[in-house]
Amino acid sequence: MAAAGIQARFACSVGNFALDVDLDLPGSGLTALFGHSGCGKTTLLRCMAGLQSADGIMRVNGDQWQSGTDSRPVHQRPLAYVFQETSLFPHLSVKRNLMYGYRRIPESERRISFDQAVQWLGLSRLLGRMPEKLSGGERQRVAIARALLTSPKLLLMDEPLSALDQASKREIMPYLEALRDNLAIPMLYVSHSTAEVARLADHIVMMDGGRVVAEGPLQTIMARTDQPFGLEEDSGVILDATVSEHDEHWHLCRADFAGGHLWLRADGHLAIGQRIRLQVLARDISLARSRQTDQSIQNLLPAMVDEVASDVRPGTSMVRLLAGQTPFLSRLTTRAVHTLAIEPGQKVWMQIKSVAIVD
Amino acid sequence: MDIYWEPVWLTLKLAGLTTALLLLVGTPIAWWLARSNHWLRQPISAIVALPLVLPPTVLGFYLLVLMGPKGVVGQITEQLGLGLLPFTFEGLVIASVIYSLPFTVQPLQNAFGSINRQLLEVASTLRASPRDRFFSVVVPLARPGFLTASVLTFAHTIGEFGVVLMIGGNIPGETKVLSVAIYDHVESLEYTQAHWLSAGMVVFSFVVLVTLYSLNGRMQSGLVK
Repeated sequence: MAAAGIQARFACSVGNFALDVDLDLPGSGLTALFGHSGCGKTTLLRCMAGLQSADGIMRVNGDQWQSGTDSRPVHQRPLAYVFQETSLFPHLSVKRNLMYGYRRIPESERRISFDQAVQWLGLSRLLGRMPEKLSGGERQRVAIARALLTSPKLLLMDEPLSALDQASKREIMPYLEALRDNLAIPMLYVSHSTAEVARLADHIVMMDGGRVVAEGPLQTIMARTDQPFGLEEDSGVILDATVSEHDEHWHLCRADFAGGHLWLRADGHLAIGQRIRLQVLARDISLARSRQTDQSIQNLLPAMVDEVASDVRPGTSMVRLLAGQTPFLSRLTTRAVHTLAIEPGQKVWMQIKSVAIVD
Repeated sequence: MDIYWEPVWLTLKLAGLTTALLLLVGTPIAWWLARSNHWLRQPISAIVALPLVLPPTVLGFYLLVLMGPKGVVGQITEQLGLGLLPFTFEGLVIASVIYSLPFTVQPLQNAFGSINRQLLEVASTLRASPRDRFFSVVVPLARPGFLTASVLTFAHTIGEFGVVLMIGGNIPGETKVLSVAIYDHVESLEYTQAHWLSAGMVVFSFVVLVTLYSLNGRMQSGLVK
């Protein structure tokens, strides 16, 4: 019986570094492989692609790529890989770079047309140029389009933004978000940037020393009181929400999520029905036993205390709450936790001071 | 007139054939030397470079012995019904291939070595098989190296003398190439003929090298460093 999803099991050692992972990942959406440099995330990605030989198992939505030492060579795996550094062929124009993979795919297996890829990544004006005449951001867009044109069953990206400056990152991010939302291709995205992961990932694998230390949906991982994601001061939850209402008078807009709704400052460019990703920091949520209306905070949500844990710093505690099924984190002083007698199962009101759109 | 042109034609034929054969033989050797970490890499590099440092007569001498009636190669060629190779055009081709080997392998090895390995990984993720990668990525990126290797091999083969003398002798139409013909003319005090051929060689070599340098310069400015 072919299992859906991605099974990746690898063990290998290079010098004194050892990789040992056993992962069952979702067969759709964007999964971030996250960790500090040297944690093995790139090695894992290379093993998955077959660029690095390792003993293991690799299956993608029922299709077996590797089992033990019986491994399909890279060029026979229906994958695409976007490299960290500029990887365009210097002797080929943008158009011929894009065609390189495209014309090696049998016509019956092409699910993404040349024109589609060019349009998605905004390349129509660049087709005749040589790679050396492109900016870093443009090059990476060409590399992404070239990868997509092989109509892959799995898209692997190794820190595709890390070699770019801030402006280029900002230029490419929306393209990546659109691909994540519109393509039915599972994506694995290696990154050490919390900002990129918070914005792009649906699922997250955290690695350290060649092993997986935490894995799960982004929302779940971000809402863990032990904060494996390591944001520290910026700990907080991520919510996927939909813009549902504009309040022209107060310049606010309403965003609905699974467990309720939040009001945030309207930035004008948000359309009704648009999907947005919100971040609510743990330090921006305070708790009250009853609904307090004689204070300035407008976003008040009923929630149930799920877990109380000590924070990384002495004197503060991390409280996990559920609004419906949606988890939130609130960072309080341990004294406040005691004074209010906050414990699991209790019903409280969250006073949310600030909500930010992740970008 | 034929007496003049025969050595020229023979020389060009020898150099052309040697260059073609060396591109076939030298390319895989250069590729292996550029990419491998095998312990045999250094010894094989040294063997390839030997013709650069050995006097051509030494090379010619051993080839003569090997290909002669008592040599291993000579016995094999006789068994195969090919006869003996010394003092034949075929023998000269084999000797030239060995003699000019470094002039093919070294420029190619440098060209292959300077190709970013990641581009080959990229090509493999874009469904190119190893063979496909070689022809679609390595060959175009190593084009200046192929040009240099071809021209140097061709020119070097034209200029060889010692090896030819040892292994080919001086048989008109078979092994009497330009350099030997010039030597012959000088020996017989036919300085006018020697002048014509020698001056022709100088002009030819100069033109070849100038063409090579300008072509390479143009190609490099058209590509990335």
